[in-house]
Amino acid sequence: MIISTIAFYLFAAMTIASAFMVISAKNPVHSVLYLILAFFNSAALFVLLGAEFIAMILIVVYVGAVAVLFLFVVMMLDINFAELRQGFLQYLPIGGLIGLILLIELILVVSGWALSPEAIQVGSQAAPLMTDLTNTEQIGQVIYTDYAYLFQIAGMILLVAMIGAIVLTNRSRPGVRKQNIARQVYRRPEESMAVRKVEPGQGV
Amino acid sequence: MAEFWDIYLLPALIIVGQILLIVLPLLLAVAYLTLYERKVMAVMQLRKGPNVVGPFGLLQPLADGAKLFFKETVVPTGANKVLFLLAPMVTFILSLIAWAVIPFDEGWVLADINVGVLYLFAISSLGVYGIIVAGWASNSRYPFLGALRSAAQMVSYEVSIGFVIVTVLLCAGTLNLTGIVESQKGDLGLLNWWFVPLFPMFIIFFVSILAETNRHPFDLPEAEAELVAGYQTEYSSMAFALFFLGEYANMILMSGICTVLFLGGWLPPADWAIFTWIPGIIWFGIKIAVLLFVFIWVRATLPRYRYDQLMRLGWKVFLPFSLLWVVVTAGFLVYFDMVPA
Repeated sequence: MIISTIAFYLFAAMTIASAFMVISAKNPVHSVLYLILAFFNSAALFVLLGAEFIAMILIVVYVGAVAVLFLFVVMMLDINFAELRQGFLQYLPIGGLIGLILLIELILVVSGWALSPEAIQVGSQAAPLMTDLTNTEQIGQVIYTDYAYLFQIAGMILLVAMIGAIVLTNRSRPGVRKQNIARQVYRRPEESMAVRKVEPGQGV
Repeated sequence: MAEFWDIYLLPALIIVGQILLIVLPLLLAVAYLTLYERKVMAVMQLRKGPNVVGPFGLLQPLADGAKLFFKETVVPTGANKVLFLLAPMVTFILSLIAWAVIPFDEGWVLADINVGVLYLFAISSLGVYGIIVAGWASNSRYPFLGALRSAAQMVSYEVSIGFVIVTVLLCAGTLNLTGIVESQKGDLGLLNWWFVPLFPMFIIFFVSILAETNRHPFDLPEAEAELVAGYQTEYSSMAFALFFLGEYANMILMSGICTVLFLGGWLPPADWAIFTWIPGIIWFGIKIAVLLFVFIWVRATLPRYRYDQLMRLGWKVFLPFSLLWVVVTAGFLVYFDMVPA
């Protein structure tokens, strides 16, 4: 138990430290790399909780796909860091005000927080241990059996977002020559070649 | 104190021993894979290949390693030093840690976890970081272009690899790699392996792992005619060697994954006595060696893809086809009531 407790505090501290570095690193590429470190440490926390499926999905989806695209975009941006710093003091009052308002709102919400007695009772119970089912099967049952329609709706929303992005960026430009592989494959020598007998001194 | 020894220290020592038992033969295999590649390509091109260092050139990998070890590590002035040196380490470490879940024989696995396939998929999707960070940290044109190409390429082919893995999972009914190999056991031997019913997916998987490991004909990240050496341009000495080792260890790893998913892992091709006498790890090794031969064969035979053709193949051919095949497989399994429990 001692080892897992030490591991928990190690990973939790690393998560917070790297999350802090995400917003304080000067170089945006470093920010993204710290973000990846934060993802890794939260995946490790999931593993400690016994939720290995979520941990792996977190790495596959966020680190393997989302953060790669982040990094891709951030690397291509041509940012002048000195210029970025210049407006810092100018925007500090407005930014600070917004932060303060959000903080006050959060405090108001949390202080007025009341849980129904039933919820407290449910929350204090230990999660049912279904040792005969693996993690993956349990999540599969919840998503595809109990909440199948909600899951489908979530998928639809993502699909709509994707189609929207494609529609916004896709425009047909005239005069672009594209390779049509099927046409190339179906080309026959008879259609595209002609053998001519050329007399000397006359040309074609 | 005795309790501490029993609960923590002894298991930790055993695990370290097991790790060494996996990593040392693996590094030896990587060293000899380079010789294997050079010898096979030499025979295909009617040359002799390395034959000077040691008998039949057998000590050539060691000589190459020693040469790289004694070279100077050059870090460019404009480079981001920490990331520049971190990138090759990331590539190398990622190619080693994935071996933790690969079953070499029945029960011969370091960590028999329930989400083994997902772990492998996660590790292989991280491989892109070593390359993209190397390209960026070099602060140089050719490495950067190579890194961008490689990032786009690896992300594209991961999608179809994911769908191929899903079809195998649908048929096997488990995410555990040992379970996947066990699901290919049967009276028919060789014909029970998943490459027979899922043959198109086997082909797609193999082509995708060629792209995923940046091997020919998809080696655009380091296309020497256009990009000098791609993301490796600024690297020398052991940093370069780590990239090199990582790339070859990844080839062996991907062949191992392909063997586990489609070629029955450690299972012998038939249930005859003469085959079952041979230990499973030998079968596993033979299957990996055959796949590696195909890797090299492809390199010696095919010309490099153009970049737009590569993207077209990934997104417009493999992705729709593998998606369709997932649906067909799932429908087939449900209709004929063959879904594994």
